[in-house]
Amino acid sequence: MFRSVEELKETARKIRINIIRSLAVSGSGHTGGSLGLTDVFTALYFGILNHDPKNAKWAERDRLILSIGHVAPVLYATLAQSGYFPVEELLTLRKLGSRLQGHPGREHGLPGLELSAGSLGQGLSVAVGMALAGKMDQKKWHVYSVHGDGELQEGAIWEAAMSAAHHKLDNLTAIVDRNGVQIDGKTSDVMEIEPLTKKWSAFGWEVFECDGHSFKDIVSTFNRAKATIGRPSVVIAHTIMGKGVREIEGDYHWHGKAPSEEQATRFIKEIQDHS
Amino acid sequence: MSYQLQNRGNKPTRFGFGEGVLEAAEMNPKVVGIGADITGSVSMNFFAQQFPERFFSMGIAEQNCMGVAAGLALEGKTPVFSTYGVFAALRTTDQIRISVCYNNLHVIIGGAHAGISVGPDGATHQALEDIAVMRVLPNMTVVSPCDATQTKLAAIKAINELNGPVYLRFGREAVPDFTSEGQNFNFGKGQLMKEGKDISIIATGHMVWEALQAAYQLAKEGIDARVINIHTIKPIDEEIIIWAAKETKAIITAEEHQVMGGFGSAVAEVVVKNFPVPMDFVGLNDSFGESGKPEELMEKYGLTSRNMVNRIKNILSSA
Ligand SMILES: Cc1ncc(C[n+]2csc(CCOP(=O)(O)OP(=O)(O)O)c2C)c(N)n1
Repeated sequence: MFRSVEELKETARKIRINIIRSLAVSGSGHTGGSLGLTDVFTALYFGILNHDPKNAKWAERDRLILSIGHVAPVLYATLAQSGYFPVEELLTLRKLGSRLQGHPGREHGLPGLELSAGSLGQGLSVAVGMALAGKMDQKKWHVYSVHGDGELQEGAIWEAAMSAAHHKLDNLTAIVDRNGVQIDGKTSDVMEIEPLTKKWSAFGWEVFECDGHSFKDIVSTFNRAKATIGRPSVVIAHTIMGKGVREIEGDYHWHGKAPSEEQATRFIKEIQDHS
Repeated sequence: MSYQLQNRGNKPTRFGFGEGVLEAAEMNPKVVGIGADITGSVSMNFFAQQFPERFFSMGIAEQNCMGVAAGLALEGKTPVFSTYGVFAALRTTDQIRISVCYNNLHVIIGGAHAGISVGPDGATHQALEDIAVMRVLPNMTVVSPCDATQTKLAAIKAINELNGPVYLRFGREAVPDFTSEGQNFNFGKGQLMKEGKDISIIATGHMVWEALQAAYQLAKEGIDARVINIHTIKPIDEEIIIWAAKETKAIITAEEHQVMGGFGSAVAEVVVKNFPVPMDFVGLNDSFGESGKPEELMEKYGLTSRNMVNRIKNILSSA
């Protein structure tokens, strides 16, 4: 299961390139968050999660819930890279009849997809339900749920957070993509969510932080988070929106925009050159 | 009643909404705006830039936004809260029902990106149940204008003339803008867009334009279709519907929404009670939408003038 940091970097590079290719062909979609989360997704699927791409419904697999459905491109590209479905299928993103819906939809039958999502703030509750079921049945698998920092403004997140701690769900790890931006601008301008670590710990969670672009840090943090006993854990991953393409890094205008063909070619070259 | 029915150019109805809110706010200092992190895409940026001191950013927290709107309205402000229709109407339904409707407060709820023409974002973002849910709430007025010009008028009048809760529905894509600035627009009054005696097409929202195209096509084949625009789904114009039932042999409704419980159902309630005639319904049939180009989805789900023409021929041949 364990891959070297070099291998993870190389895999992340491929995933980033595929994200850009799929978005450029689709002509719409969420580039910024997808590139920002690529390293976290790579670490999860290639270093942390216990899963089997050839047996997507394996009962003992760890579950990953993508609560922020808008970053579907990073989930899709990572699933394809892991071997759940052919990489070339990524080029059907958002097209009529595709299994790769703009926001994930289970009814379209994509292997490896756990949940239909796209309305923010719902995924943590679903993760709590799955973790409760796992506890009831004494299962070893772990539930991971991925959230945006803007998404934490939804009240339902905090209802779920309270319930996870109340039920001592140490088989649940939430991940916060702390890129500091959302659609209207900086998260601190739209609606301040700080002090974030204090909020989660006040809600009864074990809180971890990591550099969301350092594989060493991501992997070791997730391993520590998973080892938490008696309470749920949250990993606040500090990321950069659009990571990997300097001209868009940190720019919230890239939250929901796809690159043109010309931009895509330039972005891909930068990612290839910058090893 | 005569309306200019040429397309002056495509324009998203959401721009009409943004312009209308801005214009009303220039006259009326009580107008306040609430933002839930998609200010630009629902065109509330026109207002927010002009009146930053009257615009409150609330983050991605629609239920809170709706409750806050109720509080502002209780204190005499006229709040406008707009987000995608899926969230505006459905995420906040309980807040709308109790805090807004049961208190009968003048809150303007903008349901943006309505219908399947939202396109590639897919099912999660396509509001196809909002009319059904909003129209069953006591005190609520439900408005679904047919183009950008009418959406602008509706926004201005919803702010200036109404007193209770309003759900104002509009779309994302650029669609034909064909009604005149000087039109006679009154809440609760349908508009006769084209006279006809063989069948009535009663449509709402952008589907009014599709209905007109269907009627022009049918005219070439000797079928004389009447086209009625129902921009106010609640309270609905019973008179114009009963008149259509009596004078034409059949009625077909058209909406970018689920047929069940939606606009067609609202028309059918009037028809069945007063003057039953054969009816058919163009809309979504109990399914979610999906990703695709807007025009591909309109085609796949039968929301085109071509499908209307076929359906109309079917009703008339079996009537
Ligand atoms: C309930 C709900 N409200 C609004 C939206 C529209 N929306 C999609 S993504 C987004 C911003 C999310 O911000 P964040 O979680 O920080 O993600 P990032 O911008 O970093 O990708 C918004 C408001 C939505 N999908 N769901």
